[in-house]
Amino acid sequence: MDGGITSELEVEQDYERHEQEKSGTRSMVLNMGPQHPSTHGVLRLLLELDGETILKAAPDIGYLHTGIEKEFEVKTYQQGVTLTDRIDYLAPLSNNLVYCLAAEKLLGLEIPPLAQWTRVMLSEFTRLNSHLVWLGTHAIDIGAMSVFLYCFREREEILRVFEMYSGQRMMTSYFRIGGLALPPPRGWQKRVKDFVDMFSSRVDEYEELLTNNRIWTGRTQGVGFIPLEDMIDLGVTGPMLRAAGLKIDIRKDAPYSSYEKFDFEVPTRTENDVFARYLVRIEEMRQSTKIIRQALEGMPSGSHQADAPGIVLPDREKMKTQMESLIYHFKIVTEGFRVPEGEVYQVIESPRGEVGCYMVSDGTQKPYRVHWRGPSFGNLQAIPKMIEGTLIADVIAGLGSMDFVLGDTDR
Amino acid sequence: MIPESLRENALAAALDDLAVSAKFDFNELTVEIDPAKILEALQRVRRQLGFERLSTVTSVDRYPAEPRFEVVYHLQAIAGKQRLRLKARLTGENPEIESACSVYRAANWYEREVFDLFGIRFANHPNLTRILMPEDWEGYPLRKDVPVTGTRY
Repeated sequence: MDGGITSELEVEQDYERHEQEKSGTRSMVLNMGPQHPSTHGVLRLLLELDGETILKAAPDIGYLHTGIEKEFEVKTYQQGVTLTDRIDYLAPLSNNLVYCLAAEKLLGLEIPPLAQWTRVMLSEFTRLNSHLVWLGTHAIDIGAMSVFLYCFREREEILRVFEMYSGQRMMTSYFRIGGLALPPPRGWQKRVKDFVDMFSSRVDEYEELLTNNRIWTGRTQGVGFIPLEDMIDLGVTGPMLRAAGLKIDIRKDAPYSSYEKFDFEVPTRTENDVFARYLVRIEEMRQSTKIIRQALEGMPSGSHQADAPGIVLPDREKMKTQMESLIYHFKIVTEGFRVPEGEVYQVIESPRGEVGCYMVSDGTQKPYRVHWRGPSFGNLQAIPKMIEGTLIADVIAGLGSMDFVLGDTDR
Repeated sequence: MIPESLRENALAAALDDLAVSAKFDFNELTVEIDPAKILEALQRVRRQLGFERLSTVTSVDRYPAEPRFEVVYHLQAIAGKQRLRLKARLTGENPEIESACSVYRAANWYEREVFDLFGIRFANHPNLTRILMPEDWEGYPLRKDVPVTGTRY
């Protein structure tokens, strides 16, 4: 039997050798996507292959382009918040935050501590939410089915927190220019406390499933390497850089929304492979839990909105008794508020890296121009650098470790 | 030429000979560069001033004013934790500027995006094709003379 198979193989190899001599070495072009389960969105990768080795890779994006930047120009500033949710649908609150911070910078608004701390807390919940989806889907792509179920179990709890705060599970639009949409709900402390008490041990569970799993380490260690200089040059940000040993985090480097008052570490690794990126994100989850606990314990009291009558919607009760409040309400709802002329570029650290909002105002009620610097767009540019010269089976692991969202890439 | 009030700012002063104007607003430095000298300016900020990261390239359409387009570069110096905005103004008639790809590889996709949505051409770009819109799309959607719904006013 054995002899039979071997000889058959030999015949085939002989035939291939013969064919190659006739036509020279041939490469094959493989069209991966636009509909591929591991891209979590619509991404097309053109791969030129020599056997199983990738000679050349060319990403093709734009399938989810919805013209959000154009749409900002016809929405009032406050209406624009709802568009930001839809850019990166796994990190809606981070996007709300960067947009609001940019507008508030133009307006010169002072945000009360309660709103700032709640923003920090919910941004960290967003980070957990995004990392959990990433971990679950990344593991399922590589073949570890059960992790997905564990991750989505905890994600459900986070979505319940979002629902409690804003009435929405995903498209929250909870941060508004001038503060928060609603005061924190009654009983939020208990729900958040239950979550942080439970979550640390859950992260241990994921680690038990993966960190020392030989299949997992075999698929991820030494895979997906890009030199650090190339990453910086190509515009990669976030956990990818931290897994290459660069301690960079906008929350520390240019603190916003009172992040400077929180005590947390920026985890880094030096291996610069898929496994290191996994470890960095796992550690980020622990640090985020730490931040949430600090926010829970030290939450200041006070108003959830800035004292800015022409910008923030007035209290419902006041509208019934004070004429000015009624007028302000009418003006804000029908025509919005004017924002002074100028331009700002606000950046924050989203779960995926640097998200930047470049806002240009011409003094009217609608932004003149909003440019969205999505972290996924920058990260995706490094794909050819990462996968050229590697095996086709490593593409999935490499792509997963980038943690991109195609909505964020194409906007 | 940068204004007198920014003489103290080392960063602005280092770009004095290439600058058309400069301003410091909202704690952010903007230097407007002569479009013919943009490559020189980018090389200088990268090699001498330590801005090793290009965060984004975008454009603003000032239609119907002339010069119509502003090409905007956002840069970051990782070690110094500084950020800088460079700007170059281009006319509406055949807008073209030198590509930044030879200085920052990250510029590749960002310039394609600007080309795709604004119709600004980048000279010496390795692959100046549409990136977000379909290849056979006509027009440049982020221009101010293109309506949000429909195809014409």
